[in-house]
Amino acid sequence: MKQKLRHQLGDQASQSASSYLYADIYLTLASKDQGLIVVTMRDLEIKGMVSAHAIIASSIFIATVMPLFFVEKFSVYGTHMVWLYSVSGSVAVVNITIFWLLGISPPTKKHTLGYKVSRLLRSCLYFILSCLLFHAVVVLYGAPLLESALETFSLAVLLSSLTTVRCLCVLGPNVPAWIRVLSRDGAMSVWDTSLQITTACSVIGAWLGAFPIPLDWDRPWQVWPISCSLGATFGYLTGLVIAPTWIHWHRKQLTYKSK
Amino acid sequence: MRFTFATAGTSKDEEVPRIRSAPDFCQAEPRFRRAVVLIIDALKIDFARFNAQNVAPRPFENKLPVLEEVMSSQPTHSRLFAFRADPPTTTMQRIKGFTTGSLPTFIDVGNNFASSAILEDNLVHQLGQVGKRVVFMGDDTWESLFPKKFHRSLPFPSFNVKDLHTVDNGILQHLYPTMEGSDWDVLIAHFLGVDHCGHRFGPDHPAMADKLTQMDAVIRSVIGRLENDTLLVVMGDHGMTDTGDHGGESLKETDAALFLYSPAPIFPIPGTQTEPEVVPQTDLVPTLALLLGIPIPYSSIGQVLLTLFPRDKGSSGAPAHLSQAEALWINAKQVNRFLETYSQMAKDIPPESLSLLRADFSRLSSQYLSSAQRGHPPSPAVAAALQGYLTAVRDTCRASWARFHPLKMVAGIAILAAACMLCLAVSELPAVAGEGRALRAPLVTGVGLAGGVAVVQLVTGGRGQGRGPLGALPTLFSVPLLVLVLRCASLLSDSYVVAEGRVATFLLCSLGVYVPLRLNWDGLLLPVSPDPLRPPGAHPSPTLSPSAVRRESLTLLACLGVLVGSLYLSLSFHACREEQGACSPSAFLAPLSRVQDSGLRNLHYVLSVASLTAWTFALRRWLRHYGNLNCSGPAVFAARWLLPAASVCLALHWAVNSTPEESFRNLSELMGLALVALPRAAFSSWGWGRPSYRASTGISPQAELHHLIPQLYQRMRQSLEDGEPVGAGDGGGGPAVEAYGLGTVYSAPLVVLCGLLGLGLLMLHPEGMALSFLLLLLEAAALLRLHSSSTALALLQGAHTGGFSVPWTPVLLWALAATQFFHATGHLPTFPSIQWGAAFVGFPKGHAGTLLPATLVTLNTFSAHILFAVGCPLLLFWPLVCEVRGGRRGRGVVAGDGEEGEDAVMEMRLREQPERFSSALLQLGARYLFIHGAQVLASVCAAAILRRHLMVWKVFAPKLMFEASGFLVTSASVLLGLALVMRVDVAVGRWFKKLLPEESRRRGRPAQALESIEENIRWTDNTLPLLEGGAQGRTTPCPCLREGPRVALQDPKGLKL
Repeated sequence: MKQKLRHQLGDQASQSASSYLYADIYLTLASKDQGLIVVTMRDLEIKGMVSAHAIIASSIFIATVMPLFFVEKFSVYGTHMVWLYSVSGSVAVVNITIFWLLGISPPTKKHTLGYKVSRLLRSCLYFILSCLLFHAVVVLYGAPLLESALETFSLAVLLSSLTTVRCLCVLGPNVPAWIRVLSRDGAMSVWDTSLQITTACSVIGAWLGAFPIPLDWDRPWQVWPISCSLGATFGYLTGLVIAPTWIHWHRKQLTYKSK
Repeated sequence: MRFTFATAGTSKDEEVPRIRSAPDFCQAEPRFRRAVVLIIDALKIDFARFNAQNVAPRPFENKLPVLEEVMSSQPTHSRLFAFRADPPTTTMQRIKGFTTGSLPTFIDVGNNFASSAILEDNLVHQLGQVGKRVVFMGDDTWESLFPKKFHRSLPFPSFNVKDLHTVDNGILQHLYPTMEGSDWDVLIAHFLGVDHCGHRFGPDHPAMADKLTQMDAVIRSVIGRLENDTLLVVMGDHGMTDTGDHGGESLKETDAALFLYSPAPIFPIPGTQTEPEVVPQTDLVPTLALLLGIPIPYSSIGQVLLTLFPRDKGSSGAPAHLSQAEALWINAKQVNRFLETYSQMAKDIPPESLSLLRADFSRLSSQYLSSAQRGHPPSPAVAAALQGYLTAVRDTCRASWARFHPLKMVAGIAILAAACMLCLAVSELPAVAGEGRALRAPLVTGVGLAGGVAVVQLVTGGRGQGRGPLGALPTLFSVPLLVLVLRCASLLSDSYVVAEGRVATFLLCSLGVYVPLRLNWDGLLLPVSPDPLRPPGAHPSPTLSPSAVRRESLTLLACLGVLVGSLYLSLSFHACREEQGACSPSAFLAPLSRVQDSGLRNLHYVLSVASLTAWTFALRRWLRHYGNLNCSGPAVFAARWLLPAASVCLALHWAVNSTPEESFRNLSELMGLALVALPRAAFSSWGWGRPSYRASTGISPQAELHHLIPQLYQRMRQSLEDGEPVGAGDGGGGPAVEAYGLGTVYSAPLVVLCGLLGLGLLMLHPEGMALSFLLLLLEAAALLRLHSSSTALALLQGAHTGGFSVPWTPVLLWALAATQFFHATGHLPTFPSIQWGAAFVGFPKGHAGTLLPATLVTLNTFSAHILFAVGCPLLLFWPLVCEVRGGRRGRGVVAGDGEEGEDAVMEMRLREQPERFSSALLQLGARYLFIHGAQVLASVCAAAILRRHLMVWKVFAPKLMFEASGFLVTSASVLLGLALVMRVDVAVGRWFKKLLPEESRRRGRPAQALESIEENIRWTDNTLPLLEGGAQGRTTPCPCLREGPRVALQDPKGLKL
């Protein structure tokens, strides 16, 4: 039993070391009975996450401000589509860049070019599929079916770039892994936990964003889909803040099972 | 609030004294020939007063200087009073108040939601009677209140509160030309700008200053155009709070301004007479009537404004005009007459004060008449006494009519909240202490919540169960209860109440999506991948088959898809509220006979019939699948043929109903007959079906056989356990005794009942609603399957759910679906949207009584509530029903702990643990009622807290009434469903005793026992041999076709029977 554990522990260590550049990981055998490998993170990793999240958050801010210089009469409400696509584009790009730089991506088995290309293609396909799925879900939740279909689809694109892109970056185009991550003990690293938190926060934000729509306040942000996309963005920002905080707070309790 | 409504509601009959003229009250020459009435909506008294010392006036202060200027320059021509309205201070009520002179009652509030015309006697009517030409312009509310009463009317839309100018500018376009013309006697102009400005910006806003300045200019130019025989009345109908709202009874809302101006002197010099500071709004009616020389409206209880009348005839130099005493006398006679009539019809005036008032009046009338006969003017004392009498009458009426009773409201809310909390406690308790008495508690709970009287019983019932629910508290703060809180909170906002159908759908959708997410979060949705690191003990169930889990998950997701899909489709059946601007009601709501295009009509008809067929077919299919249609007893016959028969009747009824009469002119008599007969046939088949099916579940032999078997099985097992060592008879294998339809013995009657109920209710709806009812069936099935799948998944992966108790999520889903389908069957919580046509289904000639049509309309309105409430116990049965597939293949073979009866015995498991069954049933009922009760509580709170809200009479009060009546109907239906289940349960015991005579109960070889029982069965009823004797290797002859799963009554320990 012990030997078996040791053996796997070694495997885990080598795998983790390859996937975490900045993390200084040491492994402890928490309990022989449970046989769980507890990976305790140094603050360094959390710091890395804080800075990554800060970069993403500032990219959202820049994406909100920058179009002022390029688009005439730009405003978040008035030219909402521009804002929406600028935010989703910048979030997607910054996420991909950061996760690529950090090297936090699932270990690939093959390193051939064809494999990489097929992964890329599959990722794109998944992104488009997730846009369509989000669109369908939003319509089923009561969004107008035909009129303002473009707006609805844009909201779906925003939601996809807030959630799916990160999933693709962290887990790769691997749907079972996505489903696994969304379960209580499915997280296998801090990045998985932060993925859980930001995804949940964005979706809940979009959900909450639908609440003010029926109110008769006649505010510009009550127009479909502004409140939802704002809600999703604010939810995402909240998630970016909450994730490192929560992980820091629970760093003693957090245990990650290996595969 | 409820109490208020109840007391206010008693004055329903008071409106019965309709328009009657009173010519004898109008004797003298009128003081004015013409009048201009400028109503400035929400002109608060503070807006009209002018304070010269105020150097920094706020936007609403000192903006009407014209009043002050006129009063100081012409003190005998004009007066400004505070004009006190009676609550509710909403425009429509106030218009009613100052034209009829009566106090508002709740029922006429209800009438006004239908924008019905004022049926009581009123000023406009009396003016028309004497031939005065009334010209109206402004708020279009008047037009709906006084249809065709005006000589000329220029209504402008009043609905959009944000629009400050349309109405006012429209009036201003026509006001001066009309005044300059001679085609009018009374000119009424109702400005809305100030009110809308208050609603939109509040009084303390520059827009209010602009609006008031505009009004100042209007008054100025109207005064300039007045002629000598014309009276000018400038008035507000109510005030406003500091936030610009109105509706309640605070002084800020009730005190409006009343400014009277006459080009000729009419008032006494200020200071010579005592003048009232505050004029009640009702007083305007008699005053205007007497000044214009028309009879006082019949039901007015106002008192003439004496300052407008000369003190005595001689002094004013115009002998023809009414003096103060005469005016008072006319007024008192009129009020007395109304009081006499009213007190005969309604009994809400206390008799002692009534007799006091009568004595007062007879004394006064003798005094007045004696002085009048002597030719003297009546003494001032008599005048003062008359005034006192009028005030007393008004106060008496007001005390018994319109008033909010804050204490009673709070008490009502407290009782309701206590009942809800007790319901919650009961629902959380049975897990701890479910006893035999538990089944009585839902009855107590239902009645208690419904009546509020039974609260005491509830308290005793709750106390009997002892231990506090503290252990269960943490489970309360979960997502389903969060959704419930959101739902309740949504009742506090008028926008959400207006959009309630979509809100319910949204929440339902969210909660539905939450189910698989939650399962996934708990790691139950997917089969656990083999985990080498885990020690074997940590695995929930080592023999868990991934394929079963995967199949169950797929079923769950498919059900979710069906659920969400039917939710989305159900949105297209919604009707539209008046408040929803851009909304067109569902095309399916119109009865087929009103569809003009014949092709479209045919399409609609075919769709409706198709969904009717689908409804019937689905139910029959289900019954057959679970083996409930075997054999040919009367009950089974009913179950088999009633549904199709009823639906055929229904389809024919629709066909006849929607056919244009001229196309079958010669068949019109037949058509008439069919119109009456078909629905009644459907009704009666429905009515016949229910008792007979109950009989089938309770008394008929077949059902009893169904019940017999588990009992027999249990006894066998007991005797075997007693007599033989475990594992002795380990041979053969395979089911020993099998029975058909046994697994669904509880749910089948419920399903049939719901199916028949659904058909009956569908008949009360427009034909197009058949689609919606089909969606309802689909959605209910999807909800049930979702629930059973999630339970099965939780069970399959070893998470023990603890007995049969139904968790909150499915119960809340079920309750929300009731609300959602209330809207998706074309209903709205407003009075105009009640489908009165339902009362004439099957009775095209109308009714004699009121009970039957009221019942029909109630059934129509709350059909979704009824269906879901009756079907509520299905939530408990369904996981067991569906177990046969999930359990048998997945784990049935394994049978982890045999004592709990782990093989596929479906609902028979309930028989094995009657205590847990009854406590789970109680818990389910209590939870369901709690959810509905919480919604009632929320809408009561909304109506109480927001009683000054602009929308209270339009949105919150009707919502409260619908919610409360829906709750009553729900409670009754839940009780009906539970009673059915309990009846089945009770019948089991009785028949068991009857069928197991003494000799078979003795211990012995199981084969002998079985034989003797079989003999008994044959003796009981030869035609229903449902048993297949496996133990003896022989089969009882069964002439019927057998379908459906057979429940294997196999001993878990491997003992054959």
